[in-house]
Amino acid sequence: MKFPRRHALAIALVAGVLGVLAWAALKPVQFASREEVFEIPRGTWARRMSGDKVEILPSQIRLTLGVRDVLLLRNLDDVPQVFGPTIMMPGQSFRLPFEVASSYAFACTAHLSGQMTIVVEPQPLSPWARLRWRAVRLWDAVA
Amino acid sequence: MTRTILLLACLLAGAASARGDESATLKAGVFDPPRAAPDFTLQGSDGSALKLSRYRGKVVLLGFGFTSCAAVCPVTLGTLAAAHKKVGAQAADLQVVYITVDPERDDAPRMKKYLAAFDPTFIGGTGSDQQLAAVRKDYGIAAQKVAGPDGSYTHSSFVYLIDPAGRLRALMPFGHPADDYIHDLKILLAAP
Repeated sequence: MKFPRRHALAIALVAGVLGVLAWAALKPVQFASREEVFEIPRGTWARRMSGDKVEILPSQIRLTLGVRDVLLLRNLDDVPQVFGPTIMMPGQSFRLPFEVASSYAFACTAHLSGQMTIVVEPQPLSPWARLRWRAVRLWDAVA
Repeated sequence: MTRTILLLACLLAGAASARGDESATLKAGVFDPPRAAPDFTLQGSDGSALKLSRYRGKVVLLGFGFTSCAAVCPVTLGTLAAAHKKVGAQAADLQVVYITVDPERDDAPRMKKYLAAFDPTFIGGTGSDQQLAAVRKDYGIAAQKVAGPDGSYTHSSFVYLIDPAGRLRALMPFGHPADDYIHDLKILLAAP
């Protein structure tokens, strides 16, 4: 009896999907660096002065404990900038680690709302949490 | 001889690396490179002129708020008071400075009374609208009066950590426990 070719393809496809799901659920979420970096590029102030509405920081930043739980802000511009929660000098960086999953609100004049929120999520330790974490990041990247 | 030189080199490299990691181990957010904390002269709650440079040689915890604040300031000041109490003998090397964003109501006697409820060593700073706005600008502090009968303010809720050399080293976001302040205070005092 000959096994139909399309069945073999379907089985291979299902096996592939299951393999990817298993990998996403079982492999610990890890990056080489735990820093989420945002930079003010050089010339930002000049662009703002010329009327260009430059947004550097999103009004909401999502971090994950144990994975990406350090916010790193860098002011590469030539002038001091109110960046995130604080004022930063030219060439200065600000490194803010988080140890507790929560939502942190900072007054931030860089945003129209006057507020910036950093949402720190718990570390995805269970297979389901890892799968969900990867799915959300994939969706964010694609959307 | 070669062994001794190698050992010395390793020790020096280790010391340099340990120094480089100091800032990374702070619980607070760290500025790199640190800059000199802008000095200011305000009216102190103790009746004298309040100059930041007066506290050179100590770690200064610098916060902004107002005495009628219901949500944020009591928590922050309570935490700082707990840290001050818990740190023991090193409390002498620590100074809490709290600057008002509400000069209309917060004069020096009112600030003194309010801060003493947390810790009598805490110093408040007040002044004219212009003076306080200039200090807020130097430190990137946001403060906005909320429309309404109670004259409340929204304001930046973090606390700056200024090292004994007068450098703005770090920023502790709202909500950190007293132990985190003690942790960072010890690091800043040990490696100024």
